[in-house]
Amino acid sequence: MSSPVWQVAWFTAWVAAAGTLVILPPGVALGWLLARRDWRGKALVETVVALPLVMPPVATGLVLLRLLGRRGLVGRWFEAVGGTGIVFTWRAVVIAAAVMSFPLLVRTARLAFEGVNPRFEQVARTLGAGPGRAFWTITLPLAARGLVAGTVLAFARALGEFGATVMVAGYIPGRTATLSLSIYHLVQLGRDDAAWGLLAVSAALAFGALGLSEILLRRKPA
Amino acid sequence: MNLEIAGLRLPLAPFVLDADARLGARITGLFGASGAGKTSLLEAVAGLRRPAAGRIVLDGAVLSDAARGVFLHPERRHIAYVPQDGALFPHLNVRQNLCYSHAAGRPGITYRHVVDVLDIGGLVERRVGALSGGERQRVAFGRAVLAGPRLLLLDEPLAGLDAELKRRVIPYLHTIRDAFGIPMIYVSHDADEIVGLCEEVVLLDRGRCVRRGTPAELFVASDAPHYVLRPG
Repeated sequence: MSSPVWQVAWFTAWVAAAGTLVILPPGVALGWLLARRDWRGKALVETVVALPLVMPPVATGLVLLRLLGRRGLVGRWFEAVGGTGIVFTWRAVVIAAAVMSFPLLVRTARLAFEGVNPRFEQVARTLGAGPGRAFWTITLPLAARGLVAGTVLAFARALGEFGATVMVAGYIPGRTATLSLSIYHLVQLGRDDAAWGLLAVSAALAFGALGLSEILLRRKPA
Repeated sequence: MNLEIAGLRLPLAPFVLDADARLGARITGLFGASGAGKTSLLEAVAGLRRPAAGRIVLDGAVLSDAARGVFLHPERRHIAYVPQDGALFPHLNVRQNLCYSHAAGRPGITYRHVVDVLDIGGLVERRVGALSGGERQRVAFGRAVLAGPRLLLLDEPLAGLDAELKRRVIPYLHTIRDAFGIPMIYVSHDADEIVGLCEEVVLLDRGRCVRRGTPAELFVASDAPHYVLRPG
């Protein structure tokens, strides 16, 4: 194997966490907008956001490759501003994880907000709270359990991401090799034993994430 | 208190709420069958629904005026609203609920006073889920009073309580009126509650204010101590 196990595990956890963190603010905001507001184009946005869930991940990866590549809309802009490319770097791994996890986060955030009785917010407003205070002190705490669950789900999805990642980041040991990519690569080489070892690490990471969510959820009973 | 509702139009699912009313009593009853538009009218007064047309004026201050594009948001109206289930915030304890409004308060309305008047001093450290129905409503009244409102809207606050509990909670509403001088609009479809509490009644039927008068003018004792609407 080209990279030590711990390095691959750390990199995978790191990109999954980064991808989840990146989508957390827009995902929660969009979930709230979908749950609480009616606006023109809502159905279209819902559909576009859900696309990565229903399209083959490799197809989503192809679209990303177009966008993030040197001649792509985002890639060209990023290279002009940041002086460096996106595809086949850790940035592409983070973006692939983020894009693939985004629909799951938005969906669970939306459900979490829909589960909060709007009466509570309305009463808070009549008690003198502006929309911001009502959101931070009433809506968000009451939706917290669902939001934590959604975040863990998004993180877990990001941990296992393969199809889109392999398109935009390839398998570059030490640079873009995640657990999923490494397992696939090892099996291709016929090194099944090493692949099983990485699988155990994957399982441990998933257990860790779920355990953490359990602890967080127990600390905040609704 | 002087609440003027003029030409108010609010499209609802089965009909259009079309209300004109002038309310001036200390406790005004809004009486009507379920689905008559009572809650929607309260929500329009509280600023939780934006009317399609008409004006709402409280003590000379315009709360909403569709023609002039005026719509004061609920947090700026100083009108407290207690829905049927009280809507106590479930993640906060009783004290945190009571203190939610942050209001500077009005003269004579202090935390201590409100807690004493409503007999909820022993509940303040409890979780909301641990309260009985009657306790829950008293805490909801206390929270609304502590916001120091100019007007208190009560939307069938006793509907979920049994007759015995209602009998025990009603005096607290009299006390709120007398101790804090806060005028109220009390929504109910229960004639006995309206007669027992209100000085003035507006009868709402399918979105229209069809009659107005004192409880004695609108209701007649039937099978005592119960009241029914006078035919008219």
